Amino acid sequence: MNALDQTVNPVEPFLRTDRMPHIWCPGCGIGTTVNSFARALIESKVDLDTLALVSGIGCTGRVAGYVKLDSFHTTHGRAIPFATGLKMANPKLSVVVYSGDGDLAAIGGNHLIHAARRNIDLKVICVNNLIYAMTGGQSAPTTPGHATTSTNPYGTFEPAFNLPHLLDAAGAVYVARWTTFHVRQLARAMSEAFAKRGFSFIEVISPCPTLYQRRNKMGDGLDTMKYYKDKSKVKHGAPTSEVGLTLNGEIVVGKFVDRDRPDYQSMMRAQYVESLGERYIEAPETECVCD
Amino acid sequence: MIVLLHGLGDQVAKGRVSIVVERCKACGFCVEFCPTHVLALSSAFNSKGYHPPHVVHPEKCSGCDLCGMYCPDFAIYATKIAEPKAQKTAGGDE
Amino acid sequence: MKADPHGVLTGTHFIDGDHACCEGALAAGARFAAGYPITPSTEVVERFAARVPTVGGTFIQMEDELAASITLQGAVWGGAKAFTVTSGPGFSLMMEHIGYAAMTETPCVFVDVQRGGPSTGLPTLPAQADMMQARWGSHGDYEIIALCPNSPQECFDLTIKAFNLAEEFRVPVMFMMDEVVGHMTEKVVIPPAEQIEVVPRKHTHKSIQDYLPYGTNGDMVPEMAHAGEGYKFHVTGLTHDERGYPNMTPQMQDKLVKRLQNKIRTAADRICIFEQDRLESAEVVVVSYGITSRVAQRAIDLARDRGLRVGKLRLITAWPFPAKKIAELASQVKAFVVPELNLGQMVREVERAVAGLAKTVAVSHAGGGVHSPDEILNTIVEASR
Repeated sequence: MNALDQTVNPVEPFLRTDRMPHIWCPGCGIGTTVNSFARALIESKVDLDTLALVSGIGCTGRVAGYVKLDSFHTTHGRAIPFATGLKMANPKLSVVVYSGDGDLAAIGGNHLIHAARRNIDLKVICVNNLIYAMTGGQSAPTTPGHATTSTNPYGTFEPAFNLPHLLDAAGAVYVARWTTFHVRQLARAMSEAFAKRGFSFIEVISPCPTLYQRRNKMGDGLDTMKYYKDKSKVKHGAPTSEVGLTLNGEIVVGKFVDRDRPDYQSMMRAQYVESLGERYIEAPETECVCD
Repeated sequence: MIVLLHGLGDQVAKGRVSIVVERCKACGFCVEFCPTHVLALSSAFNSKGYHPPHVVHPEKCSGCDLCGMYCPDFAIYATKIAEPKAQKTAGGDE
Repeated sequence: MKADPHGVLTGTHFIDGDHACCEGALAAGARFAAGYPITPSTEVVERFAARVPTVGGTFIQMEDELAASITLQGAVWGGAKAFTVTSGPGFSLMMEHIGYAAMTETPCVFVDVQRGGPSTGLPTLPAQADMMQARWGSHGDYEIIALCPNSPQECFDLTIKAFNLAEEFRVPVMFMMDEVVGHMTEKVVIPPAEQIEVVPRKHTHKSIQDYLPYGTNGDMVPEMAHAGEGYKFHVTGLTHDERGYPNMTPQMQDKLVKRLQNKIRTAADRICIFEQDRLESAEVVVVSYGITSRVAQRAIDLARDRGLRVGKLRLITAWPFPAKKIAELASQVKAFVVPELNLGQMVREVERAVAGLAKTVAVSHAGGGVHSPDEILNTIVEASR
């Protein structure tokens, strides 16, 4: 055996390899984001035993099933409230929410903004492929105007959410956007989110060649990656009101928000201490309900 | 199956690429974004009918692992070769 | 194991059913609740919000019932005993997560203080019209357990029971109160902690290597692990194998869903509790539950005063339904009289169990109040002819 045989793909230790190959289509970007996630975990030296990952439903929701972590594939849109309960009951956990744009911003949109408002200590990774992919390419609240989808066959006309702007307004302490082309920047953003306490939101623009690009005659996954390379503009600190996406236009990427404010559990503790004094009994690190 | 490819030819490779052929779905990300153009899609098929990449310029591999970071199928990665010889070769950095 | 004394407010209290339910949850070891305000249930979480910081736990008011009903499940997988509290409209929103809890075998308690429906209906007035929803409300085949208290004392006692059953069987347990029981103030005796039996989490003792999150050993209830313990397990609402991995085949569906059903069905005799009185000599049996059972008691007494042979069967467990008990009685009696604050829900179950061997008569009431004893009495008199 030479040294080479002992090397492994850095992502490998984080995967349930017995479930490979995964279900994602050729040219889908979700797997690429998982590579960045694995690098961020390595770099951040996160204790994998106390890391939990929560997903909702959809293509990105399947991430939970592929990572070798305590991982929860919940119901559609409810990854964030599930993660909230996990974090509240067991504050020593580092909790990541990994889900798609439809899951987080449409059916789960209310939870998204309220968790940001409360500043729950969650790291939210939103893989935004601009479409409902798993169900066959329906319009999402992120689908840019004029794009053709299966439910807007003559072109979308609803205005789309600008997610960084939404999360900025709702109070997230960290908001960044990258594309699947920006694998190293994405890994760094994830590492930065791990270092922060509070609600972090990272949007990753990602190709869905099967249902978004194909229907809009935008080529395949690789063509989309080239588009990301050509049309992305790094603007750290850009006002989030100015980073909305268009069908073929520029994609503003970068770190838009990085600020500090007390997270939910710190505020809760402070309030109880102030109001209850010695009567306040802090919840034990892990609740013991076992014999 | 993991295929390991080593440096050949005049240049001395600084890295090595490993490919899990059966996981590959031939998206081409690794081929396109390899900074030193080490890879090409092969004409061979894997069992799912995809053309996995193969190494056409092993000597150029810098071991930067960008291929590994891009691969959505966890099917390829590169490692740096540990023992650098005295003379530097032309392998590009990321 | 015995209750954690921190949560037990030992003593004699004069409190309403909502507050008693909260005390029952605390005594049972619940240290997490997620809620959303809704009449007539809100007092449960209001009391929990006031009490839990002095006991060592967490209350969070969520943005809606969808959130509350899944937040509590996150807390359970984080290691807590957890519950949520709601009423009809909120209960409707929670159905999705009752299914998730059933599928993922998340032990937890859903308290439903029933009010009149459909829709927003009668926010401040009682009904018992969520009984079928509690059993069947989420899609797919699954089993739950449902308990029906008829007094503040039972709101305390049976809430503990609800948590214990949830832990024993790893199912969501529905705690089916109603507005009257919730808002009725009576004496509630809370015993010392050492007299309260609490079922601990069925936590695995297996090593990380040997642990199968959905593997079972005969009793059909898998052992649980919590996030953060190194097990690195996967939980999904998809049909899954013993590893917890999605396995969407007819074979796996058959195996999993049948186990989810059978773990309750095969234990139904043990789970079912009811109060019975003079069934041996009865010609007519009044089957009732919740607040209606107290009105029914008056009707039964009046009927007996008239010399009628009336038995009482009060359902404390509504689900699983004590079909066996009803079937046994069916061959001995003339009729079953089933008063309830709905237009015919549990009466259908009674009728099904009776299987034509006796008459089954509903005493329906659309809700908003309770029956008058005379309505039930008249039906008893008629049925005994």
